[in-house]
Amino acid sequence: MTAKASPVRQATVGELIGMLIAAACVLPLIVIAALTENSGYAFHAMLGVVAALVGVVLIANRCFDGSVAVEPQEIGGKPNYNFGPVKFATVAAMFWGIAGFTVGLIIALQLAFPDLNFDLPWTNFGRMRPLHTSAVVFAFGGNVLISTSFYVVQRTCRARLAGVLSPWFVVLGYNLFIVIAGTGYLLGITQSKEYAEPEWYADLWLTIVWVVYLLVFLGTVMKRKEPHIYVANWFYLGFILTIAVLHIGNNVAIPVSILSPKSFGLWSGVQDAMFQWWYGHNAVGFFLTAGFLAIVYYFVPKRAERPIYSYRLSIIHFWALIFIYIWAGPHHLHYTALPDWAQTLGMTFSIMLWMPSWGGMINGIMTLSGAWDRLRTDPVLRMMVVSLAFYGMSTFEGPLMSIKAVNGLSHYTDWTIGHVHSGALGWVAYISFGAIYCLVPWLWNRKQLYSLKLVSWHFWVSTLGIVLYISAMWVSGILQGLMWRAYTSLGFLEYSFIETVAAMHPFYVIRAMGGALFLIGALIMAFNLWMTVRSESVAAMPRSDETQAPLAAAV
Amino acid sequence: MQTTYHWLAGFAQSAGLLYFVGVFLGVCAYAFWPKNRARFEEAALSPLRED
Ligand code: HEM
Ligand code: HEM
Repeated sequence: MTAKASPVRQATVGELIGMLIAAACVLPLIVIAALTENSGYAFHAMLGVVAALVGVVLIANRCFDGSVAVEPQEIGGKPNYNFGPVKFATVAAMFWGIAGFTVGLIIALQLAFPDLNFDLPWTNFGRMRPLHTSAVVFAFGGNVLISTSFYVVQRTCRARLAGVLSPWFVVLGYNLFIVIAGTGYLLGITQSKEYAEPEWYADLWLTIVWVVYLLVFLGTVMKRKEPHIYVANWFYLGFILTIAVLHIGNNVAIPVSILSPKSFGLWSGVQDAMFQWWYGHNAVGFFLTAGFLAIVYYFVPKRAERPIYSYRLSIIHFWALIFIYIWAGPHHLHYTALPDWAQTLGMTFSIMLWMPSWGGMINGIMTLSGAWDRLRTDPVLRMMVVSLAFYGMSTFEGPLMSIKAVNGLSHYTDWTIGHVHSGALGWVAYISFGAIYCLVPWLWNRKQLYSLKLVSWHFWVSTLGIVLYISAMWVSGILQGLMWRAYTSLGFLEYSFIETVAAMHPFYVIRAMGGALFLIGALIMAFNLWMTVRSESVAAMPRSDETQAPLAAAV
Repeated sequence: MQTTYHWLAGFAQSAGLLYFVGVFLGVCAYAFWPKNRARFEEAALSPLRED
């Protein structure tokens, strides 16, 4: 039993604290599960017990499986990057993406064929819809953001991720939050605020996870070996920090009791509405935009093998975007009880947003100038450039829809749904796909993707899907809006509400077809990635040793 | 009510405007300051350099 021969080692202080905290959660959670009258809440408490026990086992196992207490920061003068959590989040992103697209397809079919609600509480549209939005935005998008941010911050700072257990805590803890939120919706636990549906205990858990995320990110930036903080990290930091503030601000609530999942928010009436859409809009601005722009600023130059078109423009882009976005929320509350001046303020800032948004789009697309032929030969790059084009489209459409007169027509109609999905499918999902296609060979040390041809198939199948989806929604949205406001010569409404619903049917069917194509594309992608990881074509040199020489020409 | 509104609107239209324009000019000056040029060009290349 010499210390050397045996892989068993003593736990570090951090590991002990981690195990103690996790173990300490077990008993109180069991008590809550036993005493509560709400079965969904009891289920979540038991889920917490399982998670805590798994946590203890995972940490304890580190002392037996031969993993060293603290990995060296550098090996042979090169940063010893920590890619384990990055890999996990990448796989999770792919998994949740497919789950979320599937639920999207189901609710699209439910709108076309209401029988598919099956008259069961758990499968009705009202519960499935938040499952869809959370699965795609927070589970798919969130895991993409966590994985890419942990990758990019390490590579651009040339430093190992800060912390030993904490990066794993962030990744696993975030996914636990997703499971709690998603199962909660199906069981009927919700605080009924769009994109902020999880109840108080899930919100508290997410707050803890998110603060650790911020600390890990900041800690890595502080250890950096590069003098300058690369612009992608600014966007990630803006995203992480703002989401923390938004999440806490919109979820200040008092639970009925510790034994109840129900809580009441501190804000009420129009203040509550304003808080909710300040949150909601900035979830779009900082989650679905700033975070994914960070991906653009790293992965597009990397894949195109040339620096970003204008670094100075990227600085102006960053500051203008974050200063303006935060004011645009009231455009979700046009013609409501919100004071007129606040609505006008939101509209004004939304129109101004057009400029930084297009600045960013131009900066990304022009990075390819001089290498346009790559669009033909590299479907991954094509996907990323098309995503920038969709970004440009939805950030033109958004300011248009924020004009009160236009919003009077578009609000409550499928036009909004079309706008959402041109941003969500075209921009968020496409840039994520591009980043994952880059990341998987890098992380698993493969020479290249299994098949670029399949990437091309994915691209064309899902692009057709997006086109079907958004054009159907534009037509049905404007049709719906015009039917609602049509009057007869005697001043009566021309159509009853149910007539407008019937008129939507063909478009709902087309939308579902588009969604099915989009889902098929994602399945092709998953297969391609699986084959990439399984393939034997190990990169001759680990990626970090590759040298690339197109830089001189690009400056 | 009316006075609160007028006070807020007045504040936004004067101090708010100046503040935003000032921040914007500051950012532009920082981005375009000739001395920073070399630093930014170096930063733009940094993700392409492998370690
Ligand atoms: C297969 C792909 C998808 C399909 C078939 C689909 C379908 C749907 C449907 C039917 C709705 C409800 C519309 C309504 O209530 O009228 C919806 C809402 C929504 N979806 Fe998707 N979706 C897909 C992918 C995505 C992705 C990838 C994202 C985000 C990254 C996303 C984000 C949203 C959001 C935010 C809403 C709520 C919109 C609002 O309240 O205005 N969806 N989706
Ligand atoms: C300059 C940028 C943008 C502006 C000014 C803007 C503006 C708007 C407006 C006016 C609405 C309709 C509000 C309503 O009538 O209820 C809206 C809805 C929405 N937009 Fe945008 N948009 C922009 C970019 C984007 C992008 C890039 C995305 C997605 C990635 C996005 C996602 C959404 C979502 C999810 C909703 C639906 C919110 C809901 O549930 O009601 N937007 N946006």
